Amino acid sequence: MSFFAYVGAHRGEILQRLGEHLFLVGSSVGLGILVGVPVGIYLTRRRALRGPVIGVVNVLQTIPSLALFGFLIPVPFIGGVGARTAIVALFAYSLLPIIRNTYEGIRGIDPAVRDAARAMGLTDAELLREVELPLALGVIVGGVRLAAVIGIGIATIAAAIGAGGLGVFIFRGLSMVDDRVILAGAVPAALLALAVDGGLGRLERRLSGWREET
Amino acid sequence: MSREDARAADAVDTEPRNEGASDSLVVFREVVLSRGERRVLDGLSFSVGRSEALVLVGRSGAGKTSVLRLVNRLLEPDAGEVRVEGRPTGAWDPIELRRRTGYVLQGIGLFPHYTVARNVALVPALLGWAEERIEARVRELLERVGLPPDEYAQRYPASLSGGQRQRVGVARALAADPPLLLCDEPFGALDPITRRELQEEFRSLSRGLGKTLLFVTHDVREALALGDRIGVLEDGRLVFEGPPDAFRNSDHPLVRAFVG
Repeated sequence: MSFFAYVGAHRGEILQRLGEHLFLVGSSVGLGILVGVPVGIYLTRRRALRGPVIGVVNVLQTIPSLALFGFLIPVPFIGGVGARTAIVALFAYSLLPIIRNTYEGIRGIDPAVRDAARAMGLTDAELLREVELPLALGVIVGGVRLAAVIGIGIATIAAAIGAGGLGVFIFRGLSMVDDRVILAGAVPAALLALAVDGGLGRLERRLSGWREET
Repeated sequence: MSREDARAADAVDTEPRNEGASDSLVVFREVVLSRGERRVLDGLSFSVGRSEALVLVGRSGAGKTSVLRLVNRLLEPDAGEVRVEGRPTGAWDPIELRRRTGYVLQGIGLFPHYTVARNVALVPALLGWAEERIEARVRELLERVGLPPDEYAQRYPASLSGGQRQRVGVARALAADPPLLLCDEPFGALDPITRRELQEEFRSLSRGLGKTLLFVTHDVREALALGDRIGVLEDGRLVFEGPPDAFRNSDHPLVRAFVG
């Protein structure tokens, strides 16, 4: 049986695992946005905190993913075996790119623009809403894109702690020593990563469209 | 150089410490401003009458920008007092003060993600003007600064030349019809021909509108072209203050150096 025949025969399960995979990445990156964007904004207001906070999320990023999944299993409330633990770990990995890009996106705005906004009497909230967020949005989406692509890769390992996803095929193929089974998980995961990367990349460029001369 | 102004009565200073303080829109009295160890301003005093144009000339780092930032309370003096319309800036709500003070910067600082029209409309919109009133105001201002609205209103700053951008910057500063305009070397980054052109237009525009102008520059020709009075800022205080003719004929060594 060829790879394609295998995929054809297991269409249903592949789609189900793909759905689980999307759920793991979507919910963790979604949480990452909900937490990371406000944290990144806050750091632009309290710049002394930037070093320590970025340092902590940086360290999180360096923990090997299999180890982080393992560490989380015995932790009460957020740990255990299953999708919840995986989402917590993936969320932790999404923080660095989202926080960093939010911070850098806002800090990178032409100081004259911020100066003009202040001099025109914009309040802090108006400055954020009218100027900083719209101008930083492209860079922030770039961070989300990076977080999503990293998440899609790491989520394949989440199958090891029973979280489901396309990694189920990869681990099954490894134990069966069957390349076709490994590929039935790895190829859809890679295609998913490419699609998300391309889609968010397009969004990123569109949101930065004002940079280009027309 | 005082001019009659009906509104002067509104701003009567109960305790006039400066000559002419009662009909002045902006008064600096013995203002000291320090940045770390350095004294940027060291006992600076001057006043700007209503509808008057005062140009402060000084070298880079003479504290020119700080003077403007003290007026709209982006900075606060360490000692002394800055009064706008008779009230110390510390007693103003900074947001309200800034919305009634136009500011034109050298860096212009147009919002690159907004169209020309929306850039000009921002302060009126924040002040809650009605939609039609804002639109009419934007069209009127773009006409006045020489950018036909049909052609320019919907364009983005990136598609404009430096001179056109600064025209938008001027229109934006005038949008909510502030009595006072602060200008921080607004034409400094332009080529000489465009600069002269804009200076002349700007002069007749702000005079025609009866604006009070506090303008800082290092360009003496600009000061002579725009100022009713010229002040020379050096070591944090004014070393000369007077009308353009007196400036040209002054024998103060620093003024001589400036006039060349």
